[in-house]
Amino acid sequence: MPNSKSAYSFSNKKEKFDTHIIVVWVDNEAGVLARVVGLFSGRGYNIESLAVAQVDEKLKISRITIVTTGTPQVVNQIKLQLRKLVPVHKVADFKREDKAVIFKEMALFKIVGPNNKLEGAMKACKKYNPILLDKTKKSNVIQITALRREIDKMSKDLKKFGLVSVSRTGAVAMTRGAEIFK
Amino acid sequence: MSKLYSGAEIVFKCMEDQNVDHIFGYPGGAVLPIYDELQNFKSIKHVLVRHEQGAGHAAEGYARSSGKPGVILVTSGPGATNVVTALTDAYMDSIPLVCISGQVPTHLIGTDAFQECDTTGITRPCTKHNWLVKDINDLAETIHKAFEVATTGRPGPVLVDIPKDIQFQKTKYKKPKKENKLNGKSHNHFNQNSIDQLIDLMSKSSKPIFYTGGGVINSGPKASELLRELVYATGFPITSTLQGLGSFPGDDNQFLGMLGMHGTYEANNAMHDCDLMINIGARFDDRITGKIDEFSPNSKKVHIDIDPSSINKNVKVDLAIVGDVKTVLSSTLKSLKQKKSKFLKSNKQKTSKWWEKIQKWRSVRSLDYIGSEETIKPQYAIERLYELTKDKDSYITTEVGQHQMWAAQHYKFNKPNRWMTSGGLGTMGYGLPAAVGVQVAHPKKLVIDIAGEASVLMTIQEMSTAVQYNLPIKIFILNNQYMGMVRQWQELLHDKNYSESYTAALPDFVKLAEAYNCVGIRAKTPEELDDKIIEMLNTDRPVIFDCMVDKVENCFPMIPSGKPHNQMILGPKDQENKKITGKGKSLV
Repeated sequence: MPNSKSAYSFSNKKEKFDTHIIVVWVDNEAGVLARVVGLFSGRGYNIESLAVAQVDEKLKISRITIVTTGTPQVVNQIKLQLRKLVPVHKVADFKREDKAVIFKEMALFKIVGPNNKLEGAMKACKKYNPILLDKTKKSNVIQITALRREIDKMSKDLKKFGLVSVSRTGAVAMTRGAEIFK
Repeated sequence: MSKLYSGAEIVFKCMEDQNVDHIFGYPGGAVLPIYDELQNFKSIKHVLVRHEQGAGHAAEGYARSSGKPGVILVTSGPGATNVVTALTDAYMDSIPLVCISGQVPTHLIGTDAFQECDTTGITRPCTKHNWLVKDINDLAETIHKAFEVATTGRPGPVLVDIPKDIQFQKTKYKKPKKENKLNGKSHNHFNQNSIDQLIDLMSKSSKPIFYTGGGVINSGPKASELLRELVYATGFPITSTLQGLGSFPGDDNQFLGMLGMHGTYEANNAMHDCDLMINIGARFDDRITGKIDEFSPNSKKVHIDIDPSSINKNVKVDLAIVGDVKTVLSSTLKSLKQKKSKFLKSNKQKTSKWWEKIQKWRSVRSLDYIGSEETIKPQYAIERLYELTKDKDSYITTEVGQHQMWAAQHYKFNKPNRWMTSGGLGTMGYGLPAAVGVQVAHPKKLVIDIAGEASVLMTIQEMSTAVQYNLPIKIFILNNQYMGMVRQWQELLHDKNYSESYTAALPDFVKLAEAYNCVGIRAKTPEELDDKIIEMLNTDRPVIFDCMVDKVENCFPMIPSGKPHNQMILGPKDQENKKITGKGKSLV
């Protein structure tokens, strides 16, 4: 948009969108997820995936992991806005490229077909710690843990082996080494 | 064993301990137990409004003029939804409100019970935080926490939703905890290093400007004092946002007037051309910045704000100082005195060219208008109102539109907390109930709502409240029979297609005043205006003043949509040359 006539937020600058993994530690109280998710939708931020569960039973702390995309300015706003929420304790932000952080997603695949196909599917999953969770004569349920794009790829590749259903989690993240995020 | 109190009693015990003396509310089924207890708490006075939105705005007026949180009490369902506009308004303008709402009994929640709504769900995006109290043992703690959240950091509205059964249940009362820890969220995150950097920037600058906002007011009267001290010590020019008016004297020579879309020529040009911009408690709102890509292109920008998320949100800054304005200013002044005790002297020379330039812009006299002998020009009406009330320490509220901008331009404020206007949300109908709240907080003071006839009709029912409590508010209506600002934009942007902006069947405001059992006054000519205003000021009762003004006057100067600060439309003659085209049209 060269020579925009706009006074308001039509920026000529084309900024790069980065993928970030935002980890939020919150009090596990009623409505807390709605607050976090509502902040994203209300301010027009993206959520690519979301994983949430209580991680400390005694302190009632839940850990929410959100994969989002945005310009550096938007990602910064997301963090600052999250920190303003009363039940939020801390907010961590990792770039997807960050080598010091482990990201993992889990997926369940249901394969229906003859034996050779079922075996083929299992073999195709070899790189991603496949676990056979259920087996019948006609079907398999395979669990894998991998990165998002790897699961994306497997969801495509397994079609030829008779993939009928996919269920997957959002990403969870943890730093490598002895350090923890404070 | 200590005494057991019902939930309803606990609500008032909490209010007592939080030093609440007035609440604004409206009873209904789900808050009846609370209303039943009201009579047993003599120190808390209830103001019965006529609509819950009125309660919200009245609480806002009360809060802004007194510095204390405003308290609202409403019932479930429609009571709660009616207050949403006021909560959103307070959220946008950072006004501390505590809203207590009734809810259907816990066992009925989720059943679509009578007057049930998901109050915490609806108000989640328009409050700092809200709570649904499902356990009587959490009630006292929650209410105390609500007051704390509303009033600390960047202030804002909160809501506590209390189901009816909880109001009946009994438990021990818990006093507020002394510690002031908000989940580890402290408010001052700056160090001496940032202050030193600021002083360094200040001493190097030859074209500086202070750009101050509502944060100065919210930080308390002391912050305004410190601001004055700093501005005088530096000799720098200062401009203010709509919300910041009053933190620095409006009639002082260093004050350039309000900036932004309807700000003065000198303020906007100084913002555009400066080499150092010191933003104190303002938020680079889009009405202030104009075209963001061309906003003050050659300046170093400093941003002092209590809310970290305000920094770099709209405009990237070079130095961010996160903290309470009062604390930051006092550190800055201290360092300035220590390190550059002769700052003013050494600086005068350096900024003299800058001041010359500012004087040149000033000489344009951008607030001038073409006077008239026959019809009352709205600007003239505000000028006269100001002249006749300036010695009275008056409190001004407004509605939203042209009259609001004229009031901001032509009424000069010398003290903080005297100017209550809906800026962020732009809520028509704000001013009348806000005036009610201001008058409740300051019974002896002169309180005027500068209004438009369209806005005021949105909450006119609150005149009845004013009459009930003998609140002698003055509703000064600039009546041009149009939604003036809408009409102005239609003239400038939509080829004078005045679609639905004319109100064809307005009430007779003088008769309306009489119907409410207050006083109606009408002024039709410039000649009689002064006498009528004096008559209004001498009336110790609520007054509706119907000031019949020029119907087609536009509010200038104006940064047209799609333009930066240095391309203002100055007045009717100038406007032909700077037509708004293309993209600008699609923007509000």
